[in-house]
Amino acid sequence: MANSSSGKKSSEATEAATPPLTTMAVLAPAVGWLIPGAGHLIQKRWTRGVLLLGSIATMFVLGLLMQGHVYQPNGGDILDMLGFVGDVGAGGLYILTQVMNWGAGAISHATADYGTKYLIVAGLLNFISAADAYHIAVGKKP
Amino acid sequence: MILTLSHFSAAVLFAVFASVVFGITQRSTSREQFRYGLYCFAMFVGGVFVAGWVMWFLRR
Repeated sequence: MANSSSGKKSSEATEAATPPLTTMAVLAPAVGWLIPGAGHLIQKRWTRGVLLLGSIATMFVLGLLMQGHVYQPNGGDILDMLGFVGDVGAGGLYILTQVMNWGAGAISHATADYGTKYLIVAGLLNFISAADAYHIAVGKKP
Repeated sequence: MILTLSHFSAAVLFAVFASVVFGITQRSTSREQFRYGLYCFAMFVGGVFVAGWVMWFLRR
């Protein structure tokens, strides 16, 4: 009897801890991944959205201007795959880069290595930004 | 167009953008976000100087 009562309480606690799956909870991280900062903008967090868009997009563009290496999906090597995961985090920026055939295939000078890191980190920061948009959508963050 | 930055300017620019994103995403209120962003920036740039001096001593 006591066990069934405690089991019921724990399932209630789990239900209370699970955030509600709303349209915004799905849309915000998806849009935020595709366009950096857009997940915040569609939730009317204007300042945060603009700052995220400015930071991530500028970092990605600087990486391209420094002739950073853009990783391809079929890298083969494990480090190339990790680089691709980082790059693809930039969402629409990465897709646009692939469509327009921007970026360098191989690193040709010293600062191009910085460019490669800028591209990867811009993508990783966008993943964090999309996760933050989700937390706002489910009410975990104001 | 090829952008050529020095090692230091590339590291400082990196610190600026990463700190902005960390500040916004890791804290809730505007004040906390600003303070945490500044803290991250100081840690990034401080880390650059520390790493620079460590490499200088290793090279001697």
